[in-house]
Amino acid sequence: MASFEEIAAESQQRWEELTAGGQPWIRIGTALCGKAAGCDDVIEAIEAALQQNGVAAQVSQVGCLGLCFAEPLVDVQLPGGPRVFYGSVTPETAAEIVANHVAGGAPLAHLALGYLAAGGSDGTVNSALDGIPDLNQHPMRVVENRVVLRNAGTIDPEDIHQYIANDGYHALNQALTEMSPEEVLEQVNTSGLRGRGGAAFSTGTKWRFLAGSNAPQKYILCNCEEGDPGAFNDKAILESDPQTLVEGIILAGYATGTSHAYIFIRHGHDGPIDRARAAIVQAQEMGFLGENILDSGFSFHLEVALTGDSYVAGEESAMMEAIEGKRAMPRFRPPFPAQVGLFGKPSNINNVKTLAYVPQIISRGGEWFAGIGHDQSTGTVILCLTGDLKYTGMIEVPLGINLKDVLYEAAGGVPDGKALKLVQTGGPLGGVLGAGNIDILLDFEILRSAGAILGSGGIIAANEDNCVVDLTRSLIAFCQYESCGKCFPCRMGMSHLLEVLERICRLEGVPEDLDLMRKVGQDMQAGSLCGHGQLGFNPVASALRYFGEEFDTHILDRRCPTEVCSVPRFSPVASRR
Amino acid sequence: MDGLKPRIADAMHRQSQPTVTVLSTLLAVQDELGFIPKEAVEEVAAFTGSTINDVWAVASFYPNFRFEPPCLHQVEVCWGASCHLVGAMPVIEAALQASGLETEGDTPDGRLTLRYNTCLGACSQAPVMAIDHHLIGRATPESAKSRIADLLAEQNG
Ligand SMILES: Cc1cc2nc3c(=O)[nH]c(=O)nc-3n(C[C@H](O)[C@H](O)[C@H](O)COP(=O)(O)O)c2cc1C
Ligand code: SF4
Ligand code: FES
Ligand code: FES
Repeated sequence: MASFEEIAAESQQRWEELTAGGQPWIRIGTALCGKAAGCDDVIEAIEAALQQNGVAAQVSQVGCLGLCFAEPLVDVQLPGGPRVFYGSVTPETAAEIVANHVAGGAPLAHLALGYLAAGGSDGTVNSALDGIPDLNQHPMRVVENRVVLRNAGTIDPEDIHQYIANDGYHALNQALTEMSPEEVLEQVNTSGLRGRGGAAFSTGTKWRFLAGSNAPQKYILCNCEEGDPGAFNDKAILESDPQTLVEGIILAGYATGTSHAYIFIRHGHDGPIDRARAAIVQAQEMGFLGENILDSGFSFHLEVALTGDSYVAGEESAMMEAIEGKRAMPRFRPPFPAQVGLFGKPSNINNVKTLAYVPQIISRGGEWFAGIGHDQSTGTVILCLTGDLKYTGMIEVPLGINLKDVLYEAAGGVPDGKALKLVQTGGPLGGVLGAGNIDILLDFEILRSAGAILGSGGIIAANEDNCVVDLTRSLIAFCQYESCGKCFPCRMGMSHLLEVLERICRLEGVPEDLDLMRKVGQDMQAGSLCGHGQLGFNPVASALRYFGEEFDTHILDRRCPTEVCSVPRFSPVASRR
Repeated sequence: MDGLKPRIADAMHRQSQPTVTVLSTLLAVQDELGFIPKEAVEEVAAFTGSTINDVWAVASFYPNFRFEPPCLHQVEVCWGASCHLVGAMPVIEAALQASGLETEGDTPDGRLTLRYNTCLGACSQAPVMAIDHHLIGRATPESAKSRIADLLAEQNG
């Protein structure tokens, strides 16, 4: 087996060949957003145009750059030059780009979205191009501080060499050769890293629970269930830079003395699943997974486990049931997973993003990470911006950024001259904030006290044409459909809430309905087994807090101010139970 | 249902991941056949050393499993919040109309299954639908209608 230095040198050489060798390099965004925008047709058109023009080029399918609104996104890098990005590419413009830019060497300024200096933001080449703006000045990118997403949209996620050439696996090599497991754990502790899966619990503390157990078999479980509508950053990481997650998982294993791990993904999301599996195979081939990694004596094994359709499968104990092949129903606690987890063995569960931070924390030090962010919320947050926004997509920004700036600056505000009405954050168990309440810092505590949560980073904006009662009904319809049915406060409570909200939507609500919902919500919070039922009233509570008047208009005036209620609504026929 | 058994066995054995469970085996069978026939429940139970009851418990829990042979095409429309807010409901309405369905389900001629999906993962391209697992972003009632009409008009599917 080659030494790490030899591997890194080979990767570096390949990278230079790609970026400054003889051929142009064409990269196409092929994450879920790219697929939905039609990247497959664009790839076909590019291949055909290359043939037609008789030019040779390297064509790579990359992940998500974050500018999802502009998909299909294609960029062309002539040897040694900057990357020039084209947005909303069609098969027709793709042919034009190949003929003029790839074959002819002349970038198409009228079609270009911007350029990026080669090698990313700290690249060596920084040639301004006639009439083409610097993409780093785009509103979505100026605010960014890319830690986890540093390679997203830049490297080919199915080529481990490209990851290694961009400092990949240097942290693992450093940890295995120079650091004890305790030292790795200490860096994670120092970083102040908190879980990005929803509860924002200290990662170092959680790891310490697992490290403290000397059981011979333990597990690290990486949670990529990501069922929250409006959140796609976990899947995007797997599609864009799966090796950064794999490296983070291996480091978690080393720090906690664990030898086995799973990446848990919902079946059917083929892009993330295929890329995760390919990444594992390549990491094995390089000797980063398996027995005696890099001659350190440390052995580690990683596999992908799939689940069926179930939102609650993302809850940590339900996830363990699903990996064991059972119904994804949460377990009673105690015992906690760190004592009795997967297959009865001590286990630690972390979100994809949480684990994907770890390589950079080890490379650059816990202090560096702790220096980013705000107060007890250290580091960055990866936001998925969707709904009524000019620029929809994914950005990685320092925690502590103002939500208003995210919406009005980075995301470009609400299109078509409409006003913002509300934002929904943190997924279906999160809450809503009125447009007048968004002048707040994105920080775990601040958002929670405002009645919304940061959750997994989904931020959905709604313009003035939307009805808050209707949105609340939709969120509760989701929670009701997804309730696993194990405990009745949640199973019955969700159905009850939905019934009342549907009644209010039909303009048949009665004044007692609001207190009735509050009562049901209290019972759910007090009596439910897992977070689904405990937090499931959040959307209603926050909607009542910020939009009480609109509920009153529906109930007392029998009128929906936005007239959304006359539009037919559909949700699944029945809950699964 | 002759001829299914070898395919079931093959799908069960072809699983390459180290951890093989009732759920992983059911997913493998459904990937192969598009549904879980009755005999597969028995086969999966025998293969995983569990009872028929256990297997049914798992299969009936996850709504992605179906127990009838699949239709020729599968149409999914997302009703998640991001899609909901930018027009998923009119898209669903159009999809239902075009397929002649009143709610989720199969068309009587077996050509098409329509399902609501909670999130297809391409929320930044909302509203999103998928035809035979191929994602389509920025769907409109018109585009949904014409794509479904195309599927229904296909010769021999
Ligand atoms: C109903 C429900 C669904 C959840 N879904 C997810 C999920 O999809 N992904 C995730 O990382 N965490 C999810 N969680 C949170 C997990 O239980 C767990 O806290 C998390 O994975 C821990 O990782 P972290 O410490 O890195 O945040 C969910 C929780 C509940 C109650
Ligand atoms: S709270 Fe809801 S989702 Fe959680 S265990 Fe109870 S029924 Fe299942
Ligand atoms: S409640 Fe139905 S739209 Fe207002
Ligand atoms: S909410 Fe529709 S694709 Fe995510």
